[in-house]
Amino acid sequence: MFTSASLAPAKSAVRELNFGQAINEAIRQEMRRDPNIIVMGEDIAGAAGRAHLGFIDAWGGPLRATRGLITEFGPERVIDTPISEMGFVGAGVGAAMSGLRPIVEVMFVDLIGVCYDQIINQAAKMHYMMGGQITLPLVIRTTFGTRGDQRTYGGGAAAHHSQTLYSVLAHIPGLKVVVPSTAYNAKGLTIAAIRDDGPVIVMEHKFLGLSAKGHVPEEAYTVPIGECEVVQRGRDITLVGIGRMTHICLEAAADLARKGIEAEVIDVLTLAPLDENTILESVRHTHRLVVVDEDNPTASMARDIAARVADKAFDYLDAPIKTITAPETPVPFAAVLEEHYVPKAATIINTVRELLT
Amino acid sequence: MTEENVLPLTPTPGKLLWMYERMSLIREFEERLKWLVETGVPVGAVHYYTGQEAVAAGVCAALEPTDWIASTHRGHGHCIAKGVDVSAMMAELYGKVTGTNHGKGGSMHITDFSKHMLGVNPIVGAGVTHAVGAALSAKVRRANEVSVAFFGDGAASIGALHESMNLAAIWKLPVLFVCENNGYAQATPIEYALPIKHIAERAAGYDMPGVILDGQDVIEVWAAAEIAVGRARAGRGPSLLECKTYRYYGHHQGDDPLRYRTAEEEQMARSRDCLKRFREQMEINGPLTLDQLDEIDARNTRLLDEAIKFAQASPLPAREELYSHVYVS
Repeated sequence: MFTSASLAPAKSAVRELNFGQAINEAIRQEMRRDPNIIVMGEDIAGAAGRAHLGFIDAWGGPLRATRGLITEFGPERVIDTPISEMGFVGAGVGAAMSGLRPIVEVMFVDLIGVCYDQIINQAAKMHYMMGGQITLPLVIRTTFGTRGDQRTYGGGAAAHHSQTLYSVLAHIPGLKVVVPSTAYNAKGLTIAAIRDDGPVIVMEHKFLGLSAKGHVPEEAYTVPIGECEVVQRGRDITLVGIGRMTHICLEAAADLARKGIEAEVIDVLTLAPLDENTILESVRHTHRLVVVDEDNPTASMARDIAARVADKAFDYLDAPIKTITAPETPVPFAAVLEEHYVPKAATIINTVRELLT
Repeated sequence: MTEENVLPLTPTPGKLLWMYERMSLIREFEERLKWLVETGVPVGAVHYYTGQEAVAAGVCAALEPTDWIASTHRGHGHCIAKGVDVSAMMAELYGKVTGTNHGKGGSMHITDFSKHMLGVNPIVGAGVTHAVGAALSAKVRRANEVSVAFFGDGAASIGALHESMNLAAIWKLPVLFVCENNGYAQATPIEYALPIKHIAERAAGYDMPGVILDGQDVIEVWAAAEIAVGRARAGRGPSLLECKTYRYYGHHQGDDPLRYRTAEEEQMARSRDCLKRFREQMEINGPLTLDQLDEIDARNTRLLDEAIKFAQASPLPAREELYSHVYVS
């Protein structure tokens, strides 16, 4: 467990970055430090091979998190790929075993369907299957998530570009899966992922928007992989969030506070390996737990966390554990349906009030 | 055949000796393994390489120790040709802690990274992508290393191969795509799975040389590999070598191949046996003598005696091995 001021309101004099800018800075600083780091993916720069016509860096990835890297590091280290996830994620695995530290971008997590073998059979298990002979310093960055409300620009991408899917990655032994929620922890977790000698999946929510913007120190720093963050202390109930859901939990907690209910809010940050001790510790003093997850419920992180707490802290519970998740449906297109699909603060507030009465 | 293939290359006596020694060692390993399986030793799922020895030996004879290979489920031959210790391999098959992978990989994951082996890999086509990655790595690190992706005719149908050939071609990576066409993907004959006659023809779509080779002739395989390696080292990009070969036994130890192919076909293939042919060539033209070859065979028999003894005597993994090496750090 660690605590920081990362989710606190930023002071006026400090430098603020948005989510994509923080990740960009993390990659840039690490690439300056280590010449063996390469970045690979579809349109991570854009306009590949067209520099002679004056076109360069036309895209920069879905969050623009890789924009500008090619002008500093050149096309040998910032490698645009054709649409070949199986091929280039596999090449990332091979390159990671043979001296490089690749950062591979899978544009949307939905696309892991076409390179799942390389992630779950190859990257995840190589170290184990080979009896520890190799390291595999591979980062796979991918975006996920729904827009969640009709006001947010963009979104409306439906069932093939909005999923969460991290539970099917966290399920696989050998993979570390991190889900940053703010510009601050995005930079720190990205740097920690790059410096890790094994495969790390960095899940970047597409629609964190202003809630993620905040103070980011200029120097390189890490946020430790494998630790939850207690974002807000409280004594009445524990709210556990993942990614954007942490912000929904905070929104609910602010409302509950006005009604005299003190919620403790935990941001999971690393799904695997899960820091269950921080969650158990919290439940031991609040005696109530609500887990909020943007994922579909079956075999989800929400239910995994609920099961662990039921298993290890049942005697401390004063009320049933509740999970608030997306429904058991694909992500719908129509904004009115999508808004209904994503967990909301109001649902958390109602659930908490039921548990406390 | 392309313009790359005009120069007849002649291997030195030392190279010939090395290639025979590797082919003979692979044959001995697989024949002894088959005997172990048939006497009930639990060595897990194994896919015998017997019959295809000239491909692994011929290609690896053209490589340096720092060059990379990625292997397939039928991978024992590639391991031995790249220099992996047969005692450690056998111990791995026995599930012993002294095995190449501490007993955590088995036949389908044998790896010795010190030999620049990217691993035996039983997900068909997966290893090909890793060979391309190692070649990319070599290029970025400015290391003079070539990468070989061994794959079977079955993998010719999987997307990973095509994506890999495309990436290697557009980035001009130092890769040899070496297809061991043994005629069967499990029980599916190649003529069913392929709309064209030769897998090598697919090279045209990726603007690389595609060469059809007699995979039972180690010298022909070596000569083609030398040319492709030279091309790769010179920065001229990848090549595809299709080696026509044959697996003498079933897909795995439990498979009876006579359920999908004839005894006549098997006999025909065995009449072109790579070791037998090599011996005949040496007997007629030299420069090696049959005595030299017999001496190699005898030494390999002793190596396998020792390997099996080592495997039998080695300790089983402690229970803690289950939990180690899950995460790298």
